[in-house]
Amino acid sequence: MAYVSVQTDDFDLNAEVACIRAGNQDIGAVVSFIGTVRDIDGSLRSMTLEHYPGMTEQELERIANEAEKRWPLIGCRIIHRFGTLKPADNIVLVITASRHRSAAFEAADFLMDFLKSNAPFWKKETTAGKEQWVEAKAADEQALERWNS
Amino acid sequence: MIVKYFSWIRENIGQAEETLSLPDTVKTVADLLDYLSKSSEGHAAALDVRGLVRVAVNQIHVQHDHALSADDEIAIFPPVTGG
Repeated sequence: MAYVSVQTDDFDLNAEVACIRAGNQDIGAVVSFIGTVRDIDGSLRSMTLEHYPGMTEQELERIANEAEKRWPLIGCRIIHRFGTLKPADNIVLVITASRHRSAAFEAADFLMDFLKSNAPFWKKETTAGKEQWVEAKAADEQALERWNS
Repeated sequence: MIVKYFSWIRENIGQAEETLSLPDTVKTVADLLDYLSKSSEGHAAALDVRGLVRVAVNQIHVQHDHALSADDEIAIFPPVTGG
């Protein structure tokens, strides 16, 4: 069963890995991905994430359920933050656990691709005196196609 | 019918949510977008580029040809940018 959380609070990678491993001695591989707030040229003051309460949690669960159908996962955790974050803050954590590494690697990759294109979050960047919504990238939509074959 | 707006579509329209009683001629998501576009300049601006308008019905992503029911919860938003 996947664990999904949409929250303002930060998360602790070690604590979350411990949760997924607790009571599961058949796990042979744990893969984690953390997405963070990027400040390429030093101009970013903050990033605010808006989301659609209710749908966000459901959509993350749908994505996690799909991953659990495709790969033999023993554990799956998705934590996504919303609200106002600073450069270098954590945004998203995905952890997958399985007996063998290929399932955990592939499922984590799949989860992030579908999360990027389907989970209802919107980022707004604040730089000195200016606010701007982040535009979606065509590459993110295209990334889904490789999972359709 | 409840219609929710998010991100810059919400900002252009100037409200996060509105409750509407729709005429019988509005049968699909595309019909709704046409109807809303005529209701104010803000709506028209927000929904002008239909290729940037994503819609969820009862919290599930749908295409613009999706058929609507009177008690649906509709959400209208630009392409998502989480992760």
